[in-house]
Amino acid sequence: MSGEEIHRILKEKFGEKIGELKDGAQPSIEIDKEIIRELAKFLKEDSRFLFDHLVYITATDERTKIKVIWCLFSYTYKHYLVLKADLDRSNPEVDTVSDIWATAEWHERETYDFFGINFKGHPDLRRILLPDDWEGYPLRKDYTPPDFYHGIDNRYKR
Amino acid sequence: MGIIDRRLPDNKIFEGVDLIVNWSRKSSLWWLTFATACCGIELMQTGASRFDLDRFGSVFRASPRQADLIIVAGTITLKMAERLKRLYEQIPEPKYVISMGSCANTGGPFIKDSYSVLRGVDRIIPVDVYVPGCPPRPEALIEGIMKLQEKIMKEKVFRK
Repeated sequence: MSGEEIHRILKEKFGEKIGELKDGAQPSIEIDKEIIRELAKFLKEDSRFLFDHLVYITATDERTKIKVIWCLFSYTYKHYLVLKADLDRSNPEVDTVSDIWATAEWHERETYDFFGINFKGHPDLRRILLPDDWEGYPLRKDYTPPDFYHGIDNRYKR
Repeated sequence: MGIIDRRLPDNKIFEGVDLIVNWSRKSSLWWLTFATACCGIELMQTGASRFDLDRFGSVFRASPRQADLIIVAGTITLKMAERLKRLYEQIPEPKYVISMGSCANTGGPFIKDSYSVLRGVDRIIPVDVYVPGCPPRPEALIEGIMKLQEKIMKEKVFRK
């Protein structure tokens, strides 16, 4: 199914909560973060879409806001869909989709690890790649790396 | 070697004794399998049949307690750095370190802006030989091991 068709159907069902479409090999749609769970269930279960595979979850820091990105794929229809939602940068929060696609559990932990996004309802939201005692969220634009880690001098210039 | 370590007079007799000890040490440099990135592939290649590190008496061991040499092959992150230090501490004396590849030498491509990569293993453990390259070819690593053997031959074991 083409991006325009998907966008039209979603627009009919969710109305104003669905934003602009950017078409391409992986069509992307801006959405309101409030509807992500409802939308995810709909996209997964509706027989016209059957997005049974969550490819990845990631985020980008755009300095004024944090954008969280879900990429979906359907093994039945071989089509992609990218969902993007803006979050408040001071307190980024969004609902989890880990009970809809089990893949999301680790991806949400990774996104939390690097961007500090709080996925509400996640069963075990803690760091996945960085050490548990790491301070800050490294992929945010205002992050400064630590000079010392557990007594190891890791400054660029000594 | 305990109480007579570096305590005996520096004469021809003990030079000969040291020579034998050093020769036996350099001829059985057992290295620890410690590969953290793409240098590890070259390390495996060096140990495998084509380049055959066994010719130099160097065989790999899976445990630091049986090893004499640690070849740090690959990028060391800060999280890994503590583990590396612990592995190094578990190797019994005498122990040697070869830093293989740009990442282990200096941090390599990650030196400038990385938040998680250690900028050179010499910040946590003493390094005997640095092998440059990204990654070094097996010949380069063998050269490094031969340099280490030369270094071992110059050591004083019993002599002051």
